[in-house]
Amino acid sequence: MPTSRNVVIIGSGPAGLTAALYTARANLQPLLIEGLEAGGQLMLTTMVENFPGHRDGVMGPDLMGEMRAQAEKFGTEIIQGNVVSVDVCARPIVIKTTEQEYTARTLIIATGASARLLGLAAERTLMGHGVSTCATCDGYFFRGHDIAVVGGGDSAMEEAVFLTKFADKVTLVHRRDTLRASKIMQDKARANSKIAWMLDHEVEDIKDTGKGEVTGMVLRHNKTGVKTEVPLSGVFVAIGHTPNTSLFKGQLELDANGYIVTHDGAKTSVDGVFACGDVQDHIYRQAITAAGSGCMAALDAERYLEGMPEHLQT
Amino acid sequence: MAGDGVHTFTDGNFDADVLKSGAPVLVDFWAEWCGPCKRLAPTIDALADDYAGKVTIGKLNVDENPNTPGKYNVRGIPALLLFKGGQLVDQVVGLQPKENIKQVIDRHL
Repeated sequence: MPTSRNVVIIGSGPAGLTAALYTARANLQPLLIEGLEAGGQLMLTTMVENFPGHRDGVMGPDLMGEMRAQAEKFGTEIIQGNVVSVDVCARPIVIKTTEQEYTARTLIIATGASARLLGLAAERTLMGHGVSTCATCDGYFFRGHDIAVVGGGDSAMEEAVFLTKFADKVTLVHRRDTLRASKIMQDKARANSKIAWMLDHEVEDIKDTGKGEVTGMVLRHNKTGVKTEVPLSGVFVAIGHTPNTSLFKGQLELDANGYIVTHDGAKTSVDGVFACGDVQDHIYRQAITAAGSGCMAALDAERYLEGMPEHLQT
Repeated sequence: MAGDGVHTFTDGNFDADVLKSGAPVLVDFWAEWCGPCKRLAPTIDALADDYAGKVTIGKLNVDENPNTPGKYNVRGIPALLLFKGGQLVDQVVGLQPKENIKQVIDRHL
């Protein structure tokens, strides 16, 4: 069996790559397993205007490319794998990808969160045929069409504004009458004459599964119950994210929504296992807070390794 | 550094190289601006090696070749379409682990 790693990091968004940068600089030779959605949510964004140090903004994928290069520069080993199981209670900790098995003295979990769906049967069937969770990927296919964005947060505003470059009209659908998005993002969207608003509306159905393409959506007003059918050819879902914690169910303490519970910094319910970024944060969910918590996890792991009894340091 | 075994499909050669191919053909619809497509690229390279001689594997850039995606109603990428005997027999939409894609291909071998 190969020797154990000091640190294995799962996930390659801002949290994972910052944890890698700090543990690499602490000479811990971290191994980072990228995961399927390598680079994390920022890979699907365009201009990021709120990452400090970039006054003119920076493209999400470029920012992640820089973070990755910086982590590698200091000695992080990055692997393009997908973790299929972990045993956080074993010592050393065992991490398995589809191809290989790794053991580690400490584990930093930065698996992030993935796009949440509405949960309609039609949504699954029509995914890739008019339903999308990635505006930057699929906006191109809707040049000159009418489409909708579902959601009320910053991501929904950003996607709606971005999609007006392609679509004739973008209807923004949100189930409440107020938006969760920041003031600046709301203002940008509201100032855009191609965006129409259907607030206080819930998506009841997406048509037409029989034809295999999106032809419209059925909305229901939350207070009056009145139904409206809106003809359109694309539906972009931006209603938030769910944490990627299925690997840790039954092994780590999770909260009611499935997020990893952390305490005293980045510590989880198991010694030597740390969590950072969106997988443990349903409140702030920013690139900068994810990076900050990645740094915390790295420093906590480093401290843990320093205090580890010698017989376990094999 | 696309794998040597990965073909390039276009609107121009689609009929000859995909629809009239003797072997099953897996077509990866992608674009430069699509982050998940780039993440999928190493998987496509690996699949081309794994299925060399059995399945033809290649990529079609949707930006440069708008007709073929329109014909097959591709409105989300990455999209992997599997053709056999000139017919579309299966498809996988979105970023997927290699194992999932293999399962889809193996169903048709």
